[in-house]
Order: sequence, then structure tokens, then C-alpha cells
Amino acid sequence: MSGDGLLGPDEWAAVLLSIRVAFFAVLWSLPLGVLCAYALARWEFPGKQLLNGLVHLPLILPPVVTGYLLLLAFGPQGPLGQALAPLGISFAFRWTGAALAAAIMAFPLMVRAIRLALEGVDPRLEEASATLGASPLWVFITVTLPLILPGILTGTILAFAKAIGEFGATITFVSNIPGETRTIPSAIYAFLQVPGGEGAAFQLVIVSIVIAMGALLASEILARRMNQRLGTNSRGAM
Amino acid sequence: MSSSAERDMLEVDLQHQLGSFALNAAFRAPQGITVLFGRSGSGKTTIVNAVAGLMRPNAGTIRIGTQVLYDSATGQYLPPHKRHVGYIFQEGRLFPHLSVRSNLTYGRWMSGTRADPALFNRIVEMLGLGALLTRRPGALSGGEKQRVAIGRALLAAPRLILADEPLAALDAQRKAEILPYFERLRDEVKTPILYVSHSASEVARLATRVVALEDGRVLRQGRASDVLADPAVTPLGARAAGAILQAKVARHHPDGLTELSASGLPLLLPHLDKAPGSHVRIRIAATDVIIAAQAPAGLSALNVLPGTVDALRPGGGPGAIVSLQTPAGRLLARITQRSVDALGLHPGMSCHAVIKAVAVAPDDIGGTEAAPGLPRDDQP
Repeated sequence: MSGDGLLGPDEWAAVLLSIRVAFFAVLWSLPLGVLCAYALARWEFPGKQLLNGLVHLPLILPPVVTGYLLLLAFGPQGPLGQALAPLGISFAFRWTGAALAAAIMAFPLMVRAIRLALEGVDPRLEEASATLGASPLWVFITVTLPLILPGILTGTILAFAKAIGEFGATITFVSNIPGETRTIPSAIYAFLQVPGGEGAAFQLVIVSIVIAMGALLASEILARRMNQRLGTNSRGAM
Repeated sequence: MSSSAERDMLEVDLQHQLGSFALNAAFRAPQGITVLFGRSGSGKTTIVNAVAGLMRPNAGTIRIGTQVLYDSATGQYLPPHKRHVGYIFQEGRLFPHLSVRSNLTYGRWMSGTRADPALFNRIVEMLGLGALLTRRPGALSGGEKQRVAIGRALLAAPRLILADEPLAALDAQRKAEILPYFERLRDEVKTPILYVSHSASEVARLATRVVALEDGRVLRQGRASDVLADPAVTPLGARAAGAILQAKVARHHPDGLTELSASGLPLLLPHLDKAPGSHVRIRIAATDVIIAAQAPAGLSALNVLPGTVDALRPGGGPGAIVSLQTPAGRLLARITQRSVDALGLHPGMSCHAVIKAVAVAPDDIGGTEAAPGLPRDDQP
């Protein structure tokens, strides 16, 4: 137990692991999140409502259920787990699994924020871009993407914060292995299970609050700066 | 018309069904400004969007010269980014995240062609954008935005310029600021310009040719002065009818009036800020013309032109539109059906058209291709 105000090695390990898990969770889900948000905001296709439901499912399901489903699919005996094993990719009881669980739990938040931003983009600006010779891909890169950057940023920060705090699905899927899958929430839970662990748990609580507040503050500042760059309103074609 | 102008002519023939609205329009737009003229809902914007490729009509063909943009028979359809049309939108549609300079060079950038600094500088100078280049669209006034939008379309090196009511969102002062730029485009740029408008004064001032639309059909097309002097063509209703006369500034009188000469006939106007000898087009609204069977005497109106009635068109209500052939050109007069009967007006009858000097609004006076009264760039 480290009662002198600094984090002990176990707490440090949990904090660094949480940051690593959340970072990779967001990094890998971001391109998919943009694609998913674009499909939901702009395209009409059969099964659109199904996709929408699937994306939002982790938000509604008990996290333990999501974790158990992940275990069934990606566990050593699961179909996806067995399919990926020859490629050297394994998730079960590893920090990569914690990242996968965090990514899936944070995905709906990310997609919602980006989709909202996409729906705020004036399609007439994209038409203008096309008449000036931009192919659909270039329209997206030069007009759509810069205009939804504030939304992407918001979605990323929200997803990062959610990924840092994910508990239920993570502990069900990859357990609570110190140094491998024991993230901040799992560590707090573990400390609270042993007598005299409250001090360490409280330190991690403080760390959680600092990370969350820092992320929110950073997103506020960045979003304000971006909105200034876009002028008073990002829709303003005229 | 030169052969190169023929080669770059826009030819449109399209049919489209939008709910209960049926569009069926065929017309051509050679060099100069062709105005699609009609009230809102007559199908103007649909046509322009079809030409730009933003909308796919049910059937028809759209060609620029020999290049097919759309042909429903062969299934050819060129996507908008391959059409090389410069579209000036009613609401500007500048990219808010890019500076004015980046907005202007966007088309060049997208087409991958090398920047042409001479052209860039010429267009920036022509549109007076030099001081705005580093600003963002959010910091511009409505008129400035529209000037940038014009420059952006021009700098994409288009084969055709489309302008969809580019002045409609501006107040009268901004309109007056932008109109001269379109006159310069018409007179200096070889590219055909398809210009949508429901403003009679804009048409009078800018149009080389007019395509009058009503309920999705082409009512009439041809030279602006011919179409506007046709009493059967009143797409905005009889109240907005008016004819265009070509005239030359003869002299300025000390009492503040300017004397124009229209084919030798004098016309008096409130002071016009143009040098004697310059050519102007004036629009005379049909509601500002009175008809007298005999030469009138003791009238306060200053302008009386002799003429012959060449057509009569009864209006829906008590009004009628009379077309008069005068030595200065064709005039339209809107009078009551009762007056038509009382005067016994009939085609071929001699009469006099009385125009009040104050009837010609400055907004309806423009320079002409023959001798623009506007300052120009000194081009080598």
C-alpha cells in the first residue's frame, strides 16, 4: 500500500494500461466509426435499421452480456477466436481483448457524434465542390471531412473517456489480470475487494476524474478553436 | 456568330416529371448571356441543375458543342465533376473552412491543372477581390461573397457558366454592385452563360438571348429585344411586361435631364451618368406607356413616340397588352380593354405612345455589348 500520495507500481500499471487500451480502442474504431456514421447519415440501403441497431446495441445491453458475447465469439473456442488464431491475433485474456471490448462499448458514442456532425454539413457545399471538379472521394476529403472535424473530435474524446472507464464487458471478456487486463476500473474493483485497499482505490478515483476532466477540457478548447476557423456557423454557405 | 462560338454552344432538350410538375424544355445557349426567364416554379433551377449534373432528368439530351453531358437514349451521363461547368449559386456556397484564396483556386486544384497566375490576377482584379484573399467567407458581406463565388466559378476554367439567380439573395445596393460584373462577363468572356432570373430588370440589362419559361415549357426564345417585345410573352404576368430599346446618349441638359437618341428619336430621362455617345439599353415597362390615338398636346409627359399597333393581346382581367412598332423599336403598353375599344385600336392603326420621362428606372439601364459604358481592364 502506498500511503504517501504517489501512485504505487500496481496503480501506475493500471493507469498506463488503461491509457494504452483506450488509445488503441479509439485508433482502430475511428475509421470504422466515420464510415459507419457516413453510411447511416447519407446512404439508403437494405438493412440500414439493422446496422443502426447493431451499432447501438452495446449502449442498451447489460455490459456483462456484451462481454459474454465477445467471449463466445473471440474466446479460444469461439469461431472468430479460432479463425484469427492462425494469424497470430488473439484477444482472450489479453490487453488487446480489453481494447476490443472498450472499442465496442465506446463505438455508439463515437458514431452518434460523427453522424450528428455529418447531418449538419450542408450537402449544397458538397454539390458546389462537385461542380468545381472534385470526385466524390475528393469532395469527402476536402469539404466533408474538414467540416465534421469538430464532431470527430467530440466523438473521439467521448469514446476515449468511455474506453478508459469500461468495466463490465472488459472484466467478463478478459478477466482482471494484473499488468495485462487490469485497467483502472478493474483495479479499483480489485482494491475494494481487499481490506485496507480503499486508499489505493481512492487514488485511482482521483486519477479517473483528472483524466475525464482533462479530456473534456481539451475537447472544449479544440472544438472552440475549430469553430472559430469555420466562422460563426459551420453551415453558413452564404 | 463565329464557328468557335457555335462549337461551344449549349444545347438542351429535356423532359422530367416531378410529381405533378412536367418539365419539357428545349433551347440553346450560344456565347453571351442566355437568361432562363420565368416565375418561381417554372422549372428554371431544375434545368440548370440538370445541366450541371446535380439532377438527372427522366429523358433528353444535354450537349456542349459536340460533348455529350447527358443522353437518355444512349444512357450517357457525365458526373458533375467531369462536366467543367462553373456554377454560381444563389447562396454563394463558399467553403467556410477555406480562405477566399483557397476558395478561388479550388477548381484548379481539383482539376489538377497548373495554376495560371495571370488569369488568377486578372479575375481577382476584375472582381475587386485583392483585399479579401486571406479572409474567410464568414467574414465577408453578402456582396463580397457573391463576387468570390463568381471568381471561383470563373477560375475553374469552365466551358459553360451557370448562374442561378445569383443576385436574388442580395439587397438592391448589393445587386447594383454585382450587376456590372455580369455585364463584363458577358462582354469579355467567350464562355456561354446560362443565367436564371425572374427579375425583368436583370433580364433587360444582361440578356443577349432570352428563354421564356412558363410551367415547365419554353414559351419563346430568341434575342432579348425580340422576346421581351412579344406581347404574348409575359412569363411574370402582364404587369411585369416591358420592352427594351437600344439608344445612345445624345446630350445632357442643364435642367438635369439626359437626352437619348433611339434611332434618331429623342427620349428624355432623368440625368444618366454616361458620357454622350455611349450606348445604353433601356427597359420601358408596359405599365408606363400610354396610348393616344392622335398626337397629344398639353401633356406633362415628355416622351411621345409615333407608332403603329402591330398586335393586341387581351389579358385575363380588364387589361390588355398592345404592341407598338415605333421608329425607336418595339414598345409594349398595358392599357385597359375598355381603352382599346374606346380608341378603336386594331393592328395597323397609327397612334402615339406616351412615356413619362421618370418611368425609366436606373436599375433598368445598362451598357450594351456594342459599347459598354463601364470601365474595363486594359487588356494587352
